[in-house]
Amino acid sequence: MSTRHTILATLALGGMVAGCAALVPGDALDARVDAMMKASFRDQGIARVDRLQQDLANEACSEALGRDLPEKLAKQVEAENMKTVKLPSDGRFLGDFKRGEAIAQSGRGMTWTDRSADPASNGGNCYNCHALAKAEISYGTIGPSLYNYGKLRGVTDPSSPAARPIVEYTWGKLWNTRAYNACSNMPRFGHLGLLNEQQLKDVMALLLDPRSPVNQ
Amino acid sequence: MRRIAAVAAAFLLAAPGLAPAQGKSAADGIAEYRKMLEDGNPADLFEARGEALWTQKRGPKNASLERCDLGRGPGVVKGAFVTLPRWFADTGRVQDLESRLLTCIETLQGIPADTIAKTGFGRDEQRNMEGLVAYVAAASRGLRFELPQAHAEERAMYELGKRAFFYRGGSHDFSCASCHGEEGKRIRLQDLPDLTKNPGDGIGFAAWPAYRVSSGELWGMQRRLNDCFRQQRFPFPGYASDVTIALAVYMGVNAKGAESIAPSIKR
Repeated sequence: MSTRHTILATLALGGMVAGCAALVPGDALDARVDAMMKASFRDQGIARVDRLQQDLANEACSEALGRDLPEKLAKQVEAENMKTVKLPSDGRFLGDFKRGEAIAQSGRGMTWTDRSADPASNGGNCYNCHALAKAEISYGTIGPSLYNYGKLRGVTDPSSPAARPIVEYTWGKLWNTRAYNACSNMPRFGHLGLLNEQQLKDVMALLLDPRSPVNQ
Repeated sequence: MRRIAAVAAAFLLAAPGLAPAQGKSAADGIAEYRKMLEDGNPADLFEARGEALWTQKRGPKNASLERCDLGRGPGVVKGAFVTLPRWFADTGRVQDLESRLLTCIETLQGIPADTIAKTGFGRDEQRNMEGLVAYVAAASRGLRFELPQAHAEERAMYELGKRAFFYRGGSHDFSCASCHGEEGKRIRLQDLPDLTKNPGDGIGFAAWPAYRVSSGELWGMQRRLNDCFRQQRFPFPGYASDVTIALAVYMGVNAKGAESIAPSIKR
């Protein structure tokens, strides 16, 4: 928790502390939050209490209580997360859009009722929050619609130099969304080991392959 | 009960297909389906079992729960639910309905609270809890939430609950706010209440406990929160642990003025 005081100081400097929030003095409340989280949870299956440890990104966005971070702190979080992005080892960004669709449909993985934390047994949860292929009407709205994602961005040949910037950006966004948006709601699929490289490539194809149902 | 579940399942399967043709949203379909079951909510059966348990002499002390103080005085059930969680001087804690019932069961009947808290949902004494929460909630049906915030510890628990609500963690970086921090959002076709404010009568905090058609069980707020944390990919929250009570204070105070429809019926 060494970063906590820095974050709070930055939030205060940003003029974001609400006037009536100080019912419990800041430090005392922080200590009680830590004690409450520690005392309230226990390990169950693959879901262990170390999942409550927060990096800078999660600590800062939690303490902002849904508000935007001050610009300086947001930039710091984004820069730290940008460093984690690993491009595909073989230089190929796109896999199979059909497998990508199956990954996008699946909301499985990483709960205490799931056996394995191996990414191969995880889904991407994409449709929980985003519209993708037009045929799937059961989609969520927490994230923006991704229907026609590649088409709207003018991607006709994903392997062309012209498409390279959008292809790299999309890979980075899937790997670690918080490199681009400090408090994005989206999971950091590559960085946190939720999907493996092949699965990410398949989701990339779902978004960017002109033959994908997303781009019809 | 099984037949009701089957009818409900068939309706749910049909609903998304009907929705576009009739210009109805998924929410309309679900509301209609709830309406259909209003007179046959199986929560009634849990409520009746809870009422029987309330007056039945049980446990090592062979006593009933009729002297249990849920915050409005010993034995007063009506109106208690819509003021919970609240501060209790005898335990020196803010307690929600379920943690308060544990206190009563232990002190009046002599059944150890700890044992019940460690029992899995839907088993043994936890099955009795299903009935008890249905009974106590039903006695406040139609009343509006008004949690007290006069005690310093009640206000502190609200602040702790707010922090817990926005606490990001787990394998996916989710917090409660990831899904319940904005109005008008949904996961797949499931509407998500914005729990940072009063989401309306009978919505969110004002709809639980509820009978779950999909599992044929009655879920109290403890079980509702437990399954939220499972889907949030968090570790396991203890039954009646502080984080669950703090979250209930946060949601309950935010829901001030909302009419309770609990125990309601859910998919």
